[in-house]
Amino acid sequence: MSYEQPDERGHFGPYGGRFVAETLMGPLADLERAYHEARRDPAFQAELAQDLRDYVGRPSPLYLAERLTAQAGGARIYLKREDLNHTGAHKVNNTIGQALLARRMGKKRLIAETGAGQHGVATATVAARLGLSCVIYMGAEDIARQAPNVRRMRLLGAEVVSVTLGSQTLKDAMNEAMRDWATTVDETFYVIGTVSGPHPYPAMVRDFQAVIGQEARQQFLEREGRLPQALVACVGGGSNAIGLFHAFLNDAEVALYGVEAAGKGLASGRHAAPLTAGSGRGVLHGARSYLMFDEDGQIRDTHSISAGLDYPGVGPEHAWLKDSGRAQYVAVDDDAALAAFHALTRLEGILPALESSHALAYAQILAARLGRDAALIVNLSGRGDKDVETVAAHEGGRACRA
Amino acid sequence: MSRIKGTFAALAGRRAALIPFITGGDPTPSATVPLMHALVRAGADIIEIGMPFSDPMADGPAIQMAHQRALAAGTTTRMIIDLVAAFRRDDAHTPVVLMGYVNPVETMGYGVFAMACAKAGVDGVLLVDMPPEEAAEWRAQAQRAGVDTIFLLSPTTSMERLAVIAAASTGFLYYVALKGVTGASHLNIAEVAQRLAAMRRHVALPVGVGFGIRDAVSAAEVGRFADAVIVGSAIVEKIAAGGSVETMIAGVEAFVRDVRAALTRDGDLPR
Ligand SMILES: Cc1ncc(COP(=O)(O)O)c(C=O)c1O
Repeated sequence: MSYEQPDERGHFGPYGGRFVAETLMGPLADLERAYHEARRDPAFQAELAQDLRDYVGRPSPLYLAERLTAQAGGARIYLKREDLNHTGAHKVNNTIGQALLARRMGKKRLIAETGAGQHGVATATVAARLGLSCVIYMGAEDIARQAPNVRRMRLLGAEVVSVTLGSQTLKDAMNEAMRDWATTVDETFYVIGTVSGPHPYPAMVRDFQAVIGQEARQQFLEREGRLPQALVACVGGGSNAIGLFHAFLNDAEVALYGVEAAGKGLASGRHAAPLTAGSGRGVLHGARSYLMFDEDGQIRDTHSISAGLDYPGVGPEHAWLKDSGRAQYVAVDDDAALAAFHALTRLEGILPALESSHALAYAQILAARLGRDAALIVNLSGRGDKDVETVAAHEGGRACRA
Repeated sequence: MSRIKGTFAALAGRRAALIPFITGGDPTPSATVPLMHALVRAGADIIEIGMPFSDPMADGPAIQMAHQRALAAGTTTRMIIDLVAAFRRDDAHTPVVLMGYVNPVETMGYGVFAMACAKAGVDGVLLVDMPPEEAAEWRAQAQRAGVDTIFLLSPTTSMERLAVIAAASTGFLYYVALKGVTGASHLNIAEVAQRLAAMRRHVALPVGVGFGIRDAVSAAEVGRFADAVIVGSAIVEKIAAGGSVETMIAGVEAFVRDVRAALTRDGDLPR
């Protein structure tokens, strides 16, 4: 069965849609139209492909992590090396696409929200390259814990605005970016960093990230002559996961696992796992999806050691994939993610982002369960340089002395 | 005739209606009903009450902080409805409109919410982040309960969408006068007047104008061509100023009285 989502109004079953104030409805329709045309324009696609090759460094390698595989004691663990992209994460696949679209629409100014700072850096990077001005909204708490990325954004010429209301994390940064956009719609292009937000963002960001899975599928087939048993990716808003999954959606024999942040443990309530332990369906940031909220519908504070997963919502397509049973969602806590961070660093010489470490932690468990005949692909969505301070602080310096 | 319809009918051709906005439960739930009565004493024609939400994406700092104060004081959506019911015990006449965001309402359930509103004497509801395209179920439930569904128009609304929005709306339409969030101050009166005139040819309902109206002067100017003038952040800032509840309420009442006087003075200008 072929997969055709979303419908023309941006719905994935009951999820998605366009829940925004009236001021943004016209601009979203304009964006949808422009994206629709660009997709079908061979010149746009050619420029995108060239940038992904020459500027980002694609295709990213598919790497067999032999020592990690040996330690896990089961299925071969392959890493899709999005950490090797220019700017160090999968985020740039999407910002390149949206920036080309912004230029096509004649917009002179890019804005973005960021949590870990990777999307902010990727947006500031493409803004510098295209000569567009750039403002990045970032929660005050995230500014403190992702300081290296804040410095990078400023060096790239972006203005980083600290968001001090609410929980001071990704959700509040997104609120503030939406407010900016509503005020400056004429000249501004809002570069959303994940597969959430109002239609057409979830579909558009997915399409730009789908290159991850398209490459991985071909690379794996060339290498192993068959498809992997499973794919594993961390899920914040869900863009690196959707990007990896999409080319495999019609391959029913490939199991899909999205890994959310269990923070201090699902039972503690201090987590960021709307799909695994959320409150059900809700509406935030322009779309209906799984969400974390209280009995009055107020959005709950979240916790994760990784800023990029510290978000109470999730892209609507993941909600749909969960309900349809096509993908499964699990959660990994802070400690397990940290252990996986160290394991990959010491066994493979690769420092993973704390976000990606959640996927690695689950992949080790899954590999053992699947056994030696199987193979799986983990999306190594980003590199961990930005997290060195967080890890050191969390472990009281243990990481540095070890 | 509904209270909203009756209010606009009584004012038609005389002056613009004055619609002050406060966030319910700000600074505490116990202040809300006294504030509502003060607004009526000051000359409010319709009262708009914000239902607090943790993530008010269409609001600027003043109303964001009002939402935070209200939530910190323990205000819930259910409580807002109860506060309107309490107000109704002493005021059967002044229409009350609730303004809020989708998630708390969806969490309660559209049907439950609409029935509770009707029972409490709420006349209309505006859900900021719910355009008509997503509102089929909400409209059905509101209609069944007899609650008006108010939708937004904005400077970015195309003429095609205007027709869709007008068809989904009852009571009145709310024109967002500027591109931006509540509390903004870059209002261009001439531009608003022009757009409103163009839109009016396609809508029969009264059109209220809000966002960016900060004082008696801007209210009077907008009142010359709008059916209603909505004043929010400027009032909420008075509530935020602190002091005793009595002083705060007196300050709000004096400010709203001023705005209303400006509207009345200009009432016989050509409209
Ligand atoms: C390296 C990395 N991986 C994953 C994420 C989570 O986002 P998403 O779920 O959209 O891939 C982030 C977000 O900042 C990130 O920086």
